[in-house]
Amino acid sequence: MVPLSHYLILSATLFSIGVLGVLIRRNAIVVFMCVEIMLNAVNISLIAFDRHLNQHDGQIFSFMVMAVAAAEVSVGLAIIIALFRNRPTVNLDEFNLMKW
Amino acid sequence: MVNLAFLVPLFPLIGSIINGFFGLRIGKDWVGKIACGGPILSFLVVVLLTVSLFFHPEGTPYPELILFNWIPAGSLQIEFGFQIDPLSCVMMMVVTGVGSIIHIFSIGYMYEEYSYYRYFAYLNLFLFSMLLLVMGNNFLVMFIGWEGVGACSYFLIGYYFNKKSACDAATKAFVVNRIGDFGFLIGIFYVFQAFGTIDFSTVMAAAPTTLIYDSTTATLLTMFLFLGATGKSAQIPLYTWLPDAMEGPTPVSALIHAATMVTAGVYMIVRCNALFNLAPLTMTIIALIGGGTALMAATIGCTQWDIKRVLAYSTVSQIGYMFLACGVGAYTAAIFHLVTHAFFKACLFLGSGSVIHGMHHEQDIRKMGGLKDHMPITYLTFLISTIAIAGIFPFSGFFSKDEILYHALMDGNVIYWGMGISGALITAFYMFRLVFLTFHGESRVDPHVHPHESPAVMTMPLIILAGLALGGGLLGIPIIHGWHVLGNWLEPVVAFDWTTALHHSETVLASHGHHESFAELLHSKQVHEHSWWDISWELLLMAFSVCVAGVGIFMAYLFYIKFPDMPGKLTKGQWGFDMVQNKYYVDEIYDETIVKPTVDASYRLWKDADQKGVDGAVNGVAKIIGFMSKIAQNFQSGFVRNYAMFMVIGFVILLIVI
Amino acid sequence: MELLIFYPLAAFTVLLALGVVFNNSPIGSAVSLIAMMLGLSGIFIVLHAHFLAVLQIIIYAGAIMVLFMFVIMLLNLKGDDKAWKIRERNLYLSIMTGVMVLLALYKMIDKVLDTTFGEGADVPDTFGTTVAVGTSLFTEYVLPFEIASILLLAAMVGAVVLAKTKVD
Repeated sequence: MVPLSHYLILSATLFSIGVLGVLIRRNAIVVFMCVEIMLNAVNISLIAFDRHLNQHDGQIFSFMVMAVAAAEVSVGLAIIIALFRNRPTVNLDEFNLMKW
Repeated sequence: MVNLAFLVPLFPLIGSIINGFFGLRIGKDWVGKIACGGPILSFLVVVLLTVSLFFHPEGTPYPELILFNWIPAGSLQIEFGFQIDPLSCVMMMVVTGVGSIIHIFSIGYMYEEYSYYRYFAYLNLFLFSMLLLVMGNNFLVMFIGWEGVGACSYFLIGYYFNKKSACDAATKAFVVNRIGDFGFLIGIFYVFQAFGTIDFSTVMAAAPTTLIYDSTTATLLTMFLFLGATGKSAQIPLYTWLPDAMEGPTPVSALIHAATMVTAGVYMIVRCNALFNLAPLTMTIIALIGGGTALMAATIGCTQWDIKRVLAYSTVSQIGYMFLACGVGAYTAAIFHLVTHAFFKACLFLGSGSVIHGMHHEQDIRKMGGLKDHMPITYLTFLISTIAIAGIFPFSGFFSKDEILYHALMDGNVIYWGMGISGALITAFYMFRLVFLTFHGESRVDPHVHPHESPAVMTMPLIILAGLALGGGLLGIPIIHGWHVLGNWLEPVVAFDWTTALHHSETVLASHGHHESFAELLHSKQVHEHSWWDISWELLLMAFSVCVAGVGIFMAYLFYIKFPDMPGKLTKGQWGFDMVQNKYYVDEIYDETIVKPTVDASYRLWKDADQKGVDGAVNGVAKIIGFMSKIAQNFQSGFVRNYAMFMVIGFVILLIVI
Repeated sequence: MELLIFYPLAAFTVLLALGVVFNNSPIGSAVSLIAMMLGLSGIFIVLHAHFLAVLQIIIYAGAIMVLFMFVIMLLNLKGDDKAWKIRERNLYLSIMTGVMVLLALYKMIDKVLDTTFGEGADVPDTFGTTVAVGTSLFTEYVLPFEIASILLLAAMVGAVVLAKTKVD
């Protein structure tokens, strides 16, 4: 029997790694992958709590998270392709139109 | 019937809007029709209202038409409403009646102007404002009208805006009026402070039991109101704008600067008579200023060569008479003179307009003369009005001016009367001087100019106004009791409860330890009402003033018909004449003492205080902000990852705080 | 027994997650991510969430990661992402931020956990099976489930519109 805190620590660690990746990588696709890591980290804690409390709500929730992740990835990658068509790079720092 | 009152100002307003916005598209004919239609319709409504007032039960308050609750702010409750009582009906009759006639005259006079529609839009707007002024049921509605007529006067004086003198005159009128308006506004505040309301009917009803006779409050309050009146009605010391206002088109001078707007001050004082009655010091000042203005403006009028300027000084002088009447408490006489003056002075101005029109815009009477053969109708109407203003029986001016002089002697003292009667002498002199120089004698007309009579659209108004100038005196026949129609009509408005007021003052003063008795004063006021119709005195005074007017006319005849060389010889090298000709140098004195220091101080304020102080502060603030934003700019790198990082930092801080 | 399986799996996932972040080539990152997903499904099995473990493999490792691979190859991205090491100041700041997130999360877990929850419940054998989750999904959560399908449909249409060459 693994204590709940271990799962949560794993989840937090993975989440932080995801954050770090989002912050330091410039490749848009890798940034997306890091977002996936963060989503998965949350899934771990959801299921761990589920197990801890003996109910299924958390699993349903992580199922929804997967559905949203799928939707997000498909749209996100489509956006990256559209951007890449305008400017042949996926370097996020090149897309600095937010500064005017 | 009162519910129709809102139509009165509405018609001119509609006319003004249509002409102002679509005037160029609908063509001159329609502009003229719309512009005249508004005042005429208003006049009809006013007649209805006046007739309905005849059936008003005596002793009950006069109807007011409340349109909406305008400013409900705590203890300050101001309604936008119209007051329909005998006084406002008289004023409405004059404004819409004379206004309509002058509008019709304008169609002919202004026909050649390019921006014909603009003129009529302003003129209609003026009527609207003037009607607000006389109909308002509280000080603030009156003030809107007060400011509105000031603005319209500014627009119309500066109608020929490509003429520098006209623009300067407009600015001058506006600025001088502003001083008066300032006083009026403070007066309104003062009224609110003293009474807690600015509703005319409430204030006037409460005045006897609120203000103390001859108290500082009463005096100051009325002085501020009177300051407003001097500005609008061109009295000493604020009269200088009116002669310059003659730069505007002549019908404007007739309507605004003779018949209606400039009498607003008189109307306001009569409207607030309950307040002024309680301030004897203010009354004395009003009488002195009125009499002084009457005399001084009349002397200046003798020396002017511009036909309109002579009339302008004459207007100032005649309004002085009205103030003199107010100052001695003869409010009915003031309104009576206001009405008759509106008739004959409008006729004189329109007559001068007709002359100017016929002479192709020549205004100098030295270049006229012998015009009576060329323009007989104008001559005749002008003559009738001149006789009326000079005060010859049975023309209207005779009745109204004699009533004022009679009251000046009876209710005031011999100084007031002296001022009035010498003013009357000079008035007769300079008015006939004007007639003789313009219409009689040798023709001094420029040979290139061929004077001609004006078209019917201009002569018809002249004839109507001349008729009114001739018969207007019937409104107030003295001596025979009950025949003074105007006096009976205005009786409820000017009635003042001296007994209550003086008793209240005595009680209040006694409670403060000042035992003063007003019994004697009260007695004099009451006795006075009985001696109102002192027939023998009145007849004597009438005969005397007619003689005086006759002397004035005869002198004018001697000087300008019989011996035309004499005036030149008499006045040559006389310092006194020079002084009068230059209008007592009042303009120059004002320039040196008020205008120049103000301009200098403003210049210094601009250069030192504004450019260095204010601008420096503003620019400094801008610079500091610029510097700060340079620093802040570093955060806005434009890199999405940086933004994400700041988001995460914020999130962490939030977590730690929780 | 469970602990013996859990620790290696946890270490494996964390290492692979770090590999995703610090790999120069996008392909390398993607492969690490796939492996991490597999590790995660192992952890799910340890948690008795068998159905979720299978879904994790099918959806993430199967569908999503294939999509990533497609895009990387479509755009022909090579392992040239070295530039991220250049902006030093931001890099250190970012790493610090990441560490701070980690610490903050640990602190929160520490605070909340032992006080509120205590010992875990005993679970029946049917916990986390397809039957149990499916019953829950199609009875209690049927509305969110249907809404999720609409979301996926919208995302699909959106992706097609965004990625189309010519927008008319």
